[in-house]
Amino acid sequence: MMKHPDETIDQGRRDWFGLAAAATAAVAAPGVILHLASANTAPEAQPASSAVRWGLLIDTNKCTSGCRDCVDACDRENGLDLQTKPPTEAPTAWADQKAVWVRKVKLADGLTGRVTNLPLMCQHCEHPPCVDVCPTGASFKRADGIVMVDRHICIGCRYCMMACPYQARSFIHQPMHDQLTRVPRGKGCVESCNLCVSRRDHGLPSTACADACTAAGKGAIVFGDLKDPASPISLALKAMPSRQLREDLALNTGVRYKGV
Amino acid sequence: MKRIVYREWHIPPARYWGILGILVSVMALGGLAALYLEHEGHWVTGMNNFVVWGVPHVFAVFLIVAASGAINVASIATVFGKGAYLPLGRLSGLLAVTLLIGGLLILVLDLGRPDRLLVALTHYNLRSIFAWNIYFYTGFVALVIAYLWSMADRMGARFKHTLGVLAFGWRLALTTATGSIFGFLVARQAFDTAFLAPMFVIMSLAYGLAIFILVLMFTFHQEERVLGDQLLRRLKNLLGVFVAAVLYFTLVYYLTKAYGAKNYDLVGWLLFGGGGYSILLWIGWILIGTLVPLAMFWHPRTRRDRRFIAVACALVILGGLAALYVILIGSQVYPLQIFPGQTILDSGFADGIKVADSTYHPSLPELLLGLGGVAVALFLTAVGVRVLQFLPDSLADAELPADTEEPSAGKVSYVDDLATG
Repeated sequence: MMKHPDETIDQGRRDWFGLAAAATAAVAAPGVILHLASANTAPEAQPASSAVRWGLLIDTNKCTSGCRDCVDACDRENGLDLQTKPPTEAPTAWADQKAVWVRKVKLADGLTGRVTNLPLMCQHCEHPPCVDVCPTGASFKRADGIVMVDRHICIGCRYCMMACPYQARSFIHQPMHDQLTRVPRGKGCVESCNLCVSRRDHGLPSTACADACTAAGKGAIVFGDLKDPASPISLALKAMPSRQLREDLALNTGVRYKGV
Repeated sequence: MKRIVYREWHIPPARYWGILGILVSVMALGGLAALYLEHEGHWVTGMNNFVVWGVPHVFAVFLIVAASGAINVASIATVFGKGAYLPLGRLSGLLAVTLLIGGLLILVLDLGRPDRLLVALTHYNLRSIFAWNIYFYTGFVALVIAYLWSMADRMGARFKHTLGVLAFGWRLALTTATGSIFGFLVARQAFDTAFLAPMFVIMSLAYGLAIFILVLMFTFHQEERVLGDQLLRRLKNLLGVFVAAVLYFTLVYYLTKAYGAKNYDLVGWLLFGGGGYSILLWIGWILIGTLVPLAMFWHPRTRRDRRFIAVACALVILGGLAALYVILIGSQVYPLQIFPGQTILDSGFADGIKVADSTYHPSLPELLLGLGGVAVALFLTAVGVRVLQFLPDSLADAELPADTEEPSAGKVSYVDDLATG
């Protein structure tokens, strides 16, 4: 069968495409190889693993009145100290509107009058009500047990804040100007303690609050892997009685308290 | 039986444009409030990390609940075979759609990120009743529009009964789901009860019908169309029954809450110690919104007076807003019981140590946003009745269709054939 004149092969065109493909490969290959190489080793490139479950143990006997080192450390670590009060807003209103991840609470027993101090933050539930109610799935639980908010799909409906039994979530009410790269923050989204997730993803030990508590000589906050029977937190939990806040809700919290 | 004729609402242009002008002004204020919120952030509202849903949600939930109640007038004819309600079906459908749109607009514009509406429509967490509600709301609008088509077009008449039954079932599901938004909140004592779902259904019947009667009376009065005494009496009596039913549900809600020792403080606070919230509950919800309208509906000296009927409907609506204010906001203001048996002496976040009454002060932008949503609903209704045949020419008692003995599909479609205007 005779070839149609239009179907003759244009060798020059083929050569040009070949050259272009080779050049592209030569430019892209080092980047791809580097990326693959780094992906295999860098902790931040690893997905969160369900082999661990991060949690905190708070020994309220060691927590003291007036100390707010954990709160201040959290504020610095997570850029919460960079929030600025809108100039015309009343300080009392601002106190209720600014984001707070950890708060100190001082309790007195109704019967005995015994006073207890403790830090209260997101309890990182195994069955988090905030995750159940979130319409878009922005409020989610990682494989390693950390409950946090995907700020890309949070629409700011605040239903998770209605659902949280610990009032642990904050809504960003005001425009943000300064923020940390590791903790991006935008007006109109909800956020809460994420157990210093940036540290987790970079393979660093501990949380800012636990470090600050240790540095202050209190050691009231122990951070660790609840699934590792040899971790300090697991050993401490095994050795002493502890409880969950609102354990009637059967949420199996990742944060446990001693002495409440 | 005479054929029902529907006609556009032809009040004098000056008056009509005057009404639209007022509604557009309120809408514009609501729009400005939404822009202000979007630009500045929610710090300009009274909402905070304790009271996360405020006045906009009171209006939004009220309108959404009322929307599902408004469609009931059509259901009474289509599903339950009451012929006298047949000519009211179209207005009922129109109000159901416009009220829902008004309510949803408020909800969306109050989001922290209203620009991410598309995210809400493309990412679903099906464990969330909120996500389900997105389907319920959009489905309801589509279903009611189809239902309206079946009422207005001969082609659609044979689907009317099916669509009517579907819309009735759908509205029950929708309001149940709306009540469940609050009922599913296990963390908060005042919510955390399945009872809120049927309570919202019964509230929807009352508030939807109150709005329907007011709109019907207003549109007919403005154009001097005939609205029969008997029909109005039936509507009014039905509303009275619904309002009384809401009172019954209110009583049972508080009585069942008060039964558990863990809720003594909550109920005591809501009923007596809640300052403005208790006053709103007793004066707004129970007295003005329930007992006074019930008295007006049935007292021999007022029950036939249309002015009293209209005022009573308005009071039911105001009472409904008061009820939702207490249910939505009062329940958030009451502190979470994270440490039962303990007194909180100090907290960096004011858990339970604040005078609960002072944690939320509604702001003007919130109020304007809520009123803007109401104005949108009324604006769409006013345009609807003006350009399309929603309103029957006459609702004189003698001209109303008779009840069908059995609400079977065959009989209803027979009536519909006659009724298609």
